[in-house]
Amino acid sequence: MVDQSAVGRTFTPVTASVEPGRLRYFLNTIGETNAVYRDPKAAKAAGYPAIPIPPTYLFCLEMMDAENPFEFLTELDIDLSRVLHGEQGFAYHVPAVVGDVLTFRSRVTDVTDKKGGAMTLIGVVTEITRQDGVHIADMTRTIVVRNPKAS
Amino acid sequence: MADTSSRLVGDRVVHKTFAPITRHTLALYCGASGDHNPIHVDLDFARKAGFPDVFSHGMLVMAYLSQALTDAVPPNSIRSFSTRFAAITQLGTRLTCEGHVSELVDHNGEPCMKIALVAKDEAGEVKLVGEAVVAR
Repeated sequence: MVDQSAVGRTFTPVTASVEPGRLRYFLNTIGETNAVYRDPKAAKAAGYPAIPIPPTYLFCLEMMDAENPFEFLTELDIDLSRVLHGEQGFAYHVPAVVGDVLTFRSRVTDVTDKKGGAMTLIGVVTEITRQDGVHIADMTRTIVVRNPKAS
Repeated sequence: MADTSSRLVGDRVVHKTFAPITRHTLALYCGASGDHNPIHVDLDFARKAGFPDVFSHGMLVMAYLSQALTDAVPPNSIRSFSTRFAAITQLGTRLTCEGHVSELVDHNGEPCMKIALVAKDEAGEVKLVGEAVVAR
């Protein structure tokens, strides 16, 4: 079971490119038709240097370009089939746009046992910086681990 | 895009309904999101993990909620966006995403509004509860 010793653990940084083709596939999947995400002219008219990404897409970029998208689970010896997503947050400082190359750096912020050890909540924060070093956003997530019953 | 400068507490600003979530949606989202957790696409894996069937990625539901949000406000006006995944979203769910202005606030000296967000299924069961801080 994951314990307090996991707090402060960091993981391999992930660098991801915001590519228009992959972004269109995501937009098509969720039926997103908003012109600002599809038409460079509409994006420029709305004040962006290029097409912006939808609010949750930062989470996808990190998973798509990670060498091991579940490194965090492997490293903490957590079984993927016992994991649920509890909470997710984003704080945006500068809009991410097509053409950006972003680096994601994650660290464990807290580990909390719930329901007498039946579940463990793990908090992870991810700092996101752009190729020019600008800190553009932060992600926070809470992962819920359904612990096996003690035998 | 609607003018967001005159919004009042209680105003319903976000409302959108979505087509049912199918196995095909989950397969596409698996590839589109990079989240290849088999629990969302592989029935055998889901059953072994103790679930009756595959179920939606929480982040797919959050992506629908964010689509409803940016139908109402420009993406670059969103300062923060967070959700709690309250219940598993099953196959076939037709989501309704709603949001109302819950508070007018200052965020690092900038006039903003908090929008209380929710994603529900057709029976009214809450799947996601969220909040966005948006410049006004």
